[in-house]
Amino acid sequence: MRGITKFVITDILKNRIILIYTIILCVFSWSIFSLEDNTSKGIMSLLNVILLTVPLVSIIFGNIYMYNSAEFIELLVSQPVKRSAIWSSLFLGLSLALNTSFFIGIGLPVLLFVPSMTGVTVIFSGMLITTIFVSIAMLCAILMRDKARGIGLSIMIWLFLSLIYDGLVLFFMFQYADYPIEKPMAILAAFNPIDLARIQVLLQVDVAVLMGFTGAIFKKMFGTSVGLIVSLMIMLLWIVLPYLLSLRLFNKKDL
Amino acid sequence: MPVNTQKYFMWLLMVLFIIPLAHSRTLHVGPNKEFKQIRSALLSAQDYDTVFVYHSQYKEGNIVINKKIVMIGIDLPVIDGDKKYEVVSIKSDSVTFRGFQVQNSGFASLNDPGGIKVYDASNIIIEDNVLENNFFGIYIQYGKHCLIRNNRLKAYGLEEQQIGNGIHCWKSDSLQIIGNHIEGHRDGIYFEFVTHSIVWRNISKLNIRYGLHFMFSNNDAYINNMFDENGAGVAVMFTKHVVMYSNTFQNSTGDASYGILLKEISDAEIRGNRFINNTSALFLEGANRILIHKNVFHGNGYSLKIQANCMDNEVYQNNFINNTFDVSTNGSLVLNTFNHNYWDKYEGYDLDKDGLGDIPFHPLSLYSVIIENNPIAMLLFRSFMVTLLERTEKLIPSITPEEFKDNAPVIKPYLL
Repeated sequence: MRGITKFVITDILKNRIILIYTIILCVFSWSIFSLEDNTSKGIMSLLNVILLTVPLVSIIFGNIYMYNSAEFIELLVSQPVKRSAIWSSLFLGLSLALNTSFFIGIGLPVLLFVPSMTGVTVIFSGMLITTIFVSIAMLCAILMRDKARGIGLSIMIWLFLSLIYDGLVLFFMFQYADYPIEKPMAILAAFNPIDLARIQVLLQVDVAVLMGFTGAIFKKMFGTSVGLIVSLMIMLLWIVLPYLLSLRLFNKKDL
Repeated sequence: MPVNTQKYFMWLLMVLFIIPLAHSRTLHVGPNKEFKQIRSALLSAQDYDTVFVYHSQYKEGNIVINKKIVMIGIDLPVIDGDKKYEVVSIKSDSVTFRGFQVQNSGFASLNDPGGIKVYDASNIIIEDNVLENNFFGIYIQYGKHCLIRNNRLKAYGLEEQQIGNGIHCWKSDSLQIIGNHIEGHRDGIYFEFVTHSIVWRNISKLNIRYGLHFMFSNNDAYINNMFDENGAGVAVMFTKHVVMYSNTFQNSTGDASYGILLKEISDAEIRGNRFINNTSALFLEGANRILIHKNVFHGNGYSLKIQANCMDNEVYQNNFINNTFDVSTNGSLVLNTFNHNYWDKYEGYDLDKDGLGDIPFHPLSLYSVIIENNPIAMLLFRSFMVTLLERTEKLIPSITPEEFKDNAPVIKPYLL
């Protein structure tokens, strides 16, 4: 299993795309922090990258990589290796590679310029999001045999989670504004990993406003240590569930 | 002869003036001095005497100073009210009270006992004292020309009802409150019907309610004070002609907490203050003709909450940096002007390089208006959808009032 993981990582690193991804993230975060002396504003700009670009790249890259290694997987399956070992090494390799490039590209500059709880939260949520979308990408790859449909599905999922979901929540919020919808809305938001990541960063950056009336429910739901643990658990579930599902499908799949 | 008479008369006058002074004595109170008790020294003291009190613990109930004397504590003698009495009551004009530790006053909400309470007197000096664990710290009632300087007040109140104010002034005039340090009281400094007074270089922090609270107190100045982590910040109400220069208002976070809450204030000037990390830095309600300029708003939830019943206020040359929302309001009426402020959220350009942005800035955030009515919408703040909404609204205001704008925002922050 370690051998396969190692192979996957070196294979990905040989692929120039991940290098370019790292460099782009690097250029982006360094330029944000060096042009802007206001680090909190910089964090906000980076947050948009983390919430939009990082999941997109993770899901598309992961997905295409899975399709491209179809022959490699077939080769491995013919060897005396457990299928679950193959699948988990693929997952490990992909998420390690993408997380490394995220950490180098965004993590290091953030740690340098914003060495606080806010910075750590940003990095941590970015890495969780990367892993979640790798996991979803693998599920998409196993669900669709056809490459075009698989990539299409991944793009749809990305679009749904990062844009449409918030739009829907906003719509419901205004539709049912006259009802006590605080709890359902908070639960609804908690189902989306991107929203969860954003809320955790929000709790660090906009502390002052959240101490007021508007943030009361908010803080009670997400700001307590219980809230933090619950959001972390949900994010972990977003990694584990798609992965386990895809593993089951892979184990049964007739290649 | 007439010249000579005049000369004698002058001499006589001088002698008459000096005699009472020459008769003034110094009295010493201490464990091995002529007086063992402050009370007995006060009994035999006369106007213009000086009483030196040496270090010891004095538990003598209520000490009443009703003569024009100077009381000086040496090595911080402790006067203890035993949690029953008002500790020191000053009931004469021209008293100086310096260098004591006054502690453990009684608690009563009927007559408001204080550590040091001044009744209807003028020209009082209270300085360099330490006040520990009193109900009210220093209480001035009908005082005139009093100086309260360099005192340290500390109380350990837990609830609003169970503790009095640090420096409480009522129906007074021409007070100077300088360099005091107040902690743990209900209101740090409380003014009601106090006029022509100055509050300068005080530190008021960790008070349960307000750091500074004044009502019906016209023509006062608040300069270089620090208000930190008070339960609800600073509240100023029903007052005209106050100036607030170079104060720092910080860490007032909480539901109904404000850096400054202005209610029914007119003709005031708020200049050069720093508002840092408050839930609402400056809240204006029924405030008219106020000049707000050269202030720094940094890291607040809301910088300015201007209610629609405010009129003719001018907000100019301020720095707005790192605030979640710069301005919010509750209506569509705009009767205040914004000009030449620095907004870190401004994204305009300056083609003619005159340092002023060429397109106006709309400081009112759409989402702050939405959140006012719909607090749970905060859940989606800073999401892509909401950012999109905000951008569109800033370019083409439809829900927020169009005239609510800074016509010429500056490009670079002021050095404040």
